[in-house]
Amino acid sequence: MSDVVEKTLTALPSLLSLDSQPGSAKLSSNSKLGNLIRGITELTSKHEEEKLIQRELLLIKEQVSSPNTTMRQMKELMVRAIYCEMLGYGVSFSYIHAIKLAQQGNVLEKRVYLAVSLFLNEGHELLLLLVNTVLKDLQSTNLIEVCMALTVVSQMFPKDMIPAILPLVEEKLNHPREIIRRKAVLALYKFYLIAPNQVQHIHNKFRKALCDKDPGVMSASLHIYLQLIQENPEGYKDLAPSFVTILKQVVGGKLPMDFNYHSVPAPWLQIHLLRILSLLGKNDQTSEIMYEILDESLRRAEMNHNITYILYECVKCIYTIHPKSGLLEKAAKCIGNFVLSPKINLKYLLKALTYVVQQDPKLALQHQMTIIECLDHSDLIIKRETLELLFRITNDQNVTVIVEKMLDFLRISEDDHTTIDLVGKVAELAEYAPDNEWFIDTMNTVFSLGGDLLQPDIPNSFLKLLSEFDSVEEDKKLRLFAVNSYISLLQGDSSKLPQRFLQVICWVLGEYSHLREDLEPGVVVRLLAKLLDMKSSSSETKCWVLMAMTKLCPGGAALALVHDVSETYSSSLDTMLRQRAQELQILSQDSELQAKVLPRSASMEPVEVDSSLSFLDGFVSEALAAGAAPYKPPHQRQEELSRSKLNLEPYGLSLPISISSCSITDRQSPTLLSISSGLSGDSTDFSHKGSTALKLDGVKRLWGRDGYLAQKEQTEEAPRIEAASAVRSADQLGDNNALNSQTPNPTPSPECDQEKQQLASSLFVGLASQSTPAELSALSHSKVTLLFSKQNLDVSACHVQKEDSVVLVVFISNCSDSFLHQIRLQVDSEELETEEYGAMWLAFSHDTKQNLTLIHDGRDPLAATLDVLKRKLQLHVVEIIVEAIVACCLQQDQPCLMHCRMHAGMLAVWLRSPVPDLPDCLLYCCQ
Amino acid sequence: MVEVRLLISSDGNTVQLFMMQFMLLFSRQGKLRLQKWYVPLSDKEKKKITRELVQTVLARKPKMCSFLEWRDLKIVYKRYASLYFCCAIEDQDNELITLEIIHRYVELLDKYFGSVCELDIIFNFEKAYFILDEFLLGGEAQETSKKNVLKAIEQADLLQEGILGKTPHNMSPALVTATPSEYKWFQVGVERRKLKRQQLPELYCPNEVRTF
Repeated sequence: MSDVVEKTLTALPSLLSLDSQPGSAKLSSNSKLGNLIRGITELTSKHEEEKLIQRELLLIKEQVSSPNTTMRQMKELMVRAIYCEMLGYGVSFSYIHAIKLAQQGNVLEKRVYLAVSLFLNEGHELLLLLVNTVLKDLQSTNLIEVCMALTVVSQMFPKDMIPAILPLVEEKLNHPREIIRRKAVLALYKFYLIAPNQVQHIHNKFRKALCDKDPGVMSASLHIYLQLIQENPEGYKDLAPSFVTILKQVVGGKLPMDFNYHSVPAPWLQIHLLRILSLLGKNDQTSEIMYEILDESLRRAEMNHNITYILYECVKCIYTIHPKSGLLEKAAKCIGNFVLSPKINLKYLLKALTYVVQQDPKLALQHQMTIIECLDHSDLIIKRETLELLFRITNDQNVTVIVEKMLDFLRISEDDHTTIDLVGKVAELAEYAPDNEWFIDTMNTVFSLGGDLLQPDIPNSFLKLLSEFDSVEEDKKLRLFAVNSYISLLQGDSSKLPQRFLQVICWVLGEYSHLREDLEPGVVVRLLAKLLDMKSSSSETKCWVLMAMTKLCPGGAALALVHDVSETYSSSLDTMLRQRAQELQILSQDSELQAKVLPRSASMEPVEVDSSLSFLDGFVSEALAAGAAPYKPPHQRQEELSRSKLNLEPYGLSLPISISSCSITDRQSPTLLSISSGLSGDSTDFSHKGSTALKLDGVKRLWGRDGYLAQKEQTEEAPRIEAASAVRSADQLGDNNALNSQTPNPTPSPECDQEKQQLASSLFVGLASQSTPAELSALSHSKVTLLFSKQNLDVSACHVQKEDSVVLVVFISNCSDSFLHQIRLQVDSEELETEEYGAMWLAFSHDTKQNLTLIHDGRDPLAATLDVLKRKLQLHVVEIIVEAIVACCLQQDQPCLMHCRMHAGMLAVWLRSPVPDLPDCLLYCCQ
Repeated sequence: MVEVRLLISSDGNTVQLFMMQFMLLFSRQGKLRLQKWYVPLSDKEKKKITRELVQTVLARKPKMCSFLEWRDLKIVYKRYASLYFCCAIEDQDNELITLEIIHRYVELLDKYFGSVCELDIIFNFEKAYFILDEFLLGGEAQETSKKNVLKAIEQADLLQEGILGKTPHNMSPALVTATPSEYKWFQVGVERRKLKRQQLPELYCPNEVRTF
């Protein structure tokens, strides 16, 4: 038992002796409770405690029902009952007495409302008995009575009885005392939550509460506004300036001092306002009026390290509303400072960082070492939050590392909720898969770790992905790999595998095991049959096994096995299982029918499904004529049942829809199951159901795009080289490459061990691309394109248009930790044919013409001029035809074509390019 | 399972309530000292949740952070001397401000009881409930001004003890004119304060409070 309590019990008598003093009734009135508590403390076993409490409860029971018990004693008994309930003993007998006491008692015993609010909850039927009491107390002239009635009303009140007291509560909004107004506002808020329609007519009164001179009433009204605005942000845009003004006043310290909390002005109020502002400013220009105050809040948060709670809300707001670049940067910086803090709770601000990286994954780079540190933190919750952050910055390059980290976490996590959530995320990320093997392996781990907690849409979309693939070759490889992997899994110990996983295996083997030519269907059937014998297999899994067998149609010895199996299960008590067994039996005997019903190559094509089941109309009308009851849809049945006063709610919502029964539950009419559609269900229905039952978004992402960042090059330690002013020659570039150690990111401190750095570089790869040097970022530049990559080296380039020149910037990024020594870079212009030139010429829209002076140095003036230009601009001469000369200036993906012609002793130059400024710039160079 | 109440907004988005789900106070030995549920749950569920949470929180090491993910909720807890204060909030809510709510509540208890300790809460748990009801109503912060909360409680106290309501005539004039807080000081007196300080070694000390 509690040491502290024991130690201090000696002090009790002296404490209790104070009872004799008038006014300190606080303890004396509880002396019986004191005895009880002391009694419990002295006991040594749980069993004794139970006996003591039972005795106590009997005593209480006896006394509460005795007519001689005074009100004061009753109240004391209630307190003891509350205590017993807290210890975990049922005291339901006292509920009615609590209500009775509240009803009869005068103002002195009104506090028994407390007992009521602790004993009963919202839905309790005894609450109806309280309505009258509340009604009476609301009309009382005694402030305290009104307060208590309002308190109990805001905690729980029967929904149906709201109209009875609503006018009274509403009236209290005009009460002269602020405490009453405040409680009335909160009571209306609760009414709004449980029955929004009932308080619709008083929305303008809420506005009055918002303008109340008492800050307490005003802040209470914010609860309502937060709700209203969440539901309909458009309707309250006009209030945005008011909220901003209020926040300004609060932040500016205009509230009375006692609203301060550790010298922070009304933090709760501030947070409410920030939440409201973020709702109002979401994707909206209204945000503009908020920038100033958000900036101010941020500034204060930066100064005072104790108000990180406001900072968090502030950052959340800044990242939700219409973005303003300066503010975003400030917010990111602020959060960064706090994440570095050694205080453990502030590490939790990683959560805020999650918002930041959602907007701009690059910002995670600044905090990579912190993130790595948190990833290895001994506190699982910090680890978990870090994974959440990593999840947001995953791209196709770091996916393997991040998924590995997540799976590691899953292996040690014991919490079901976390497991479900994380497994879902891994499954989502797995679609960034770098290759088939990894994808299948990862999904295998997902299925085995997720077990049967897995969200059903994960296996669904996995199977969907397998069945619908863009390229035939890749498709086949992936399926084949899956088949191989599953065969080897089944050959091992399959008894530990979760049911969901087994079902997936069955489906895949049924559909695709024929892809592996050296594999006899009989072998697969034998493996599958093993699953049937396992004790742990659920009947749902067995259905999947039978379906898979149906699709395999083996010959020879295995056929006998199939017969045995179908024989065994066709008398099963489970109707689904029985049906599958029947199907198996019939189809395994008739291979022609089997081929017709389950065509192998057809799984790609969508199947026309007559969802109205019109082909059954005849059957239905026959049955109706024979006296069958007409079909009612499930919701109608539900309604009828609930009308008959049976509470079926818990079942109504949580009907598990298993995959195997999908084909049936989705139909309009469950009256009859047709064998043929039931059969095709497992293979072909997947493609059909996609639109209704499966959650398929994300599938495309894997194979279609190259990752959500769509940028590949540049690790964080990318030295960069700028080829200044126009395009330099290849050799010059090569020389410059040695000057390379301009790292844009702070290098990790030397004591950080190598391992972490490696982890960092693998985690944050792919985030830093497009980080053009700061001095160039203001200029317009083309997309950074990857030129080539070899081992650890990526070379990419972009054009930057400066005022007077076009610059080709070449980035050389180093993916490894070793330093670059010397790199020679060769730049070659692409060769171009005359025909191509002609086609391009017509395609480009921006052109410039100008006459240039020719250079006369004794040779052919045309050739001499071109030579100079060629040298200076890296021109590539396509062809020279007698009078008209065609020259071409080609730069990577931004060509500029040049047409030169001798004309009256001048060189007429005509430039064309898809980029507007390029010809002008070039012309300038030519002069 | 804890039911998270969601409303559906006009555009079909779910609306998040920033409401506290429940608050538990328990001792280092795992004894429940106070429980307040803001969502309707059956007794069985309440017991299960309490047992689970107490176990989880007590198993955490002091260096770990004050937050927990638990089912679909966030748990925010903090230890003050021998008592753990533990709140469940919704996923989207702000954990750091919940920590301050706990702290404000402790401050209120401290002010009311005068250097509060676990014993105060054990023997006067109904008072602790009153203070909580005045501070948080239905899971939302109701009144954040410390002065206002205590004023409301003390007024109700006076009424209940029959000072203002029934027997004003047999009180000394000084008492009648005294403000509620002065009255309390006068009555409970310095002795009790001293006594508690000496004999309860594990007193919650208000100065050590801000330990992030």
